Amino acid sequence: MAHDHSHDNPHGPHPYQPDHEPPSEVALRGLALNELLIEKGIYSADDMRRKIEQIEQVTPETHGARVVARAWVDPAFKARLMDNASGAVKDLGLDPGYAELTVLENTPGLHNVVVCTLCSCYPRWLLGRPPAWYKSFEYRARVVREPRAVLAEFGLDIAADVEVRVHDSTAELRYLVLPMRPEGTDGWSEDRLAAIVTRDCMIGTAVPQV
Amino acid sequence: MSARFQAGERVRIDTRAEPRHHRVPSFVKGHAGIVERVCGANPLPEQVAYADPDGETRTVYRVRLNQRDLWPDYGGAANDTLEIEIFEHWLKEA
Repeated sequence: MAHDHSHDNPHGPHPYQPDHEPPSEVALRGLALNELLIEKGIYSADDMRRKIEQIEQVTPETHGARVVARAWVDPAFKARLMDNASGAVKDLGLDPGYAELTVLENTPGLHNVVVCTLCSCYPRWLLGRPPAWYKSFEYRARVVREPRAVLAEFGLDIAADVEVRVHDSTAELRYLVLPMRPEGTDGWSEDRLAAIVTRDCMIGTAVPQV
Repeated sequence: MSARFQAGERVRIDTRAEPRHHRVPSFVKGHAGIVERVCGANPLPEQVAYADPDGETRTVYRVRLNQRDLWPDYGGAANDTLEIEIFEHWLKEA
């Protein structure tokens, strides 16, 4: 093993990178609580690992995009999705989660975008963990105040005659945006359609591109 | 649980201060809008956040507000809207 530098000085000879900042007080409290719960047998370390793996298995591509693609090709499924989203998602063999799911349909006259101004409420069972920007103070504060400017920064210009509707997901419901099926996708398979439905399309900060 | 308000009804969000966890952001307090839909009953945030074993449930409504009402200097289109979930005990007739 090449070991020609000293470990006495952690700053040299490599340039210093803060890759091991001390954890914050809140993070330490979380770690301590987790260790206590394991120690007291409320759950095991293995349960914890399994839960994390379970959460990480949910991705926008494998879950949410499948719901959108099915709605695009199957009018009966779409009708059920608009009426009872949690039930329709279950029909697809997906877990809609414990919260009531509501699907927001984009139309030529209406564009929907979702935020949680109070924290980070998000349809995790369909989209996985929210991106860092969704949880950022800037997105949460600005998208309710100047949604068109925020969408433009995402590269999405909404025409002035299209209503922009912001959904503040602050309490008990979770929201999934159903984007419009783009032109030029006639005859596409569900898998091919699902591939153009990105995470941001289902939050409302993008629209599917062909 | 019977809902006090119906879809289409005009309601105003209360302005009262609440030191407990209550899930009504201050930017909508005092504003009026239309009930877009009546959602189910859900545990009261003011109780459930503190693991109150006698916690009650209340009906939740999706309230649609006009952006120009929320922000006097709103720069977007006149018909832009914002929808938000509000528990029944934070709403009154408008």
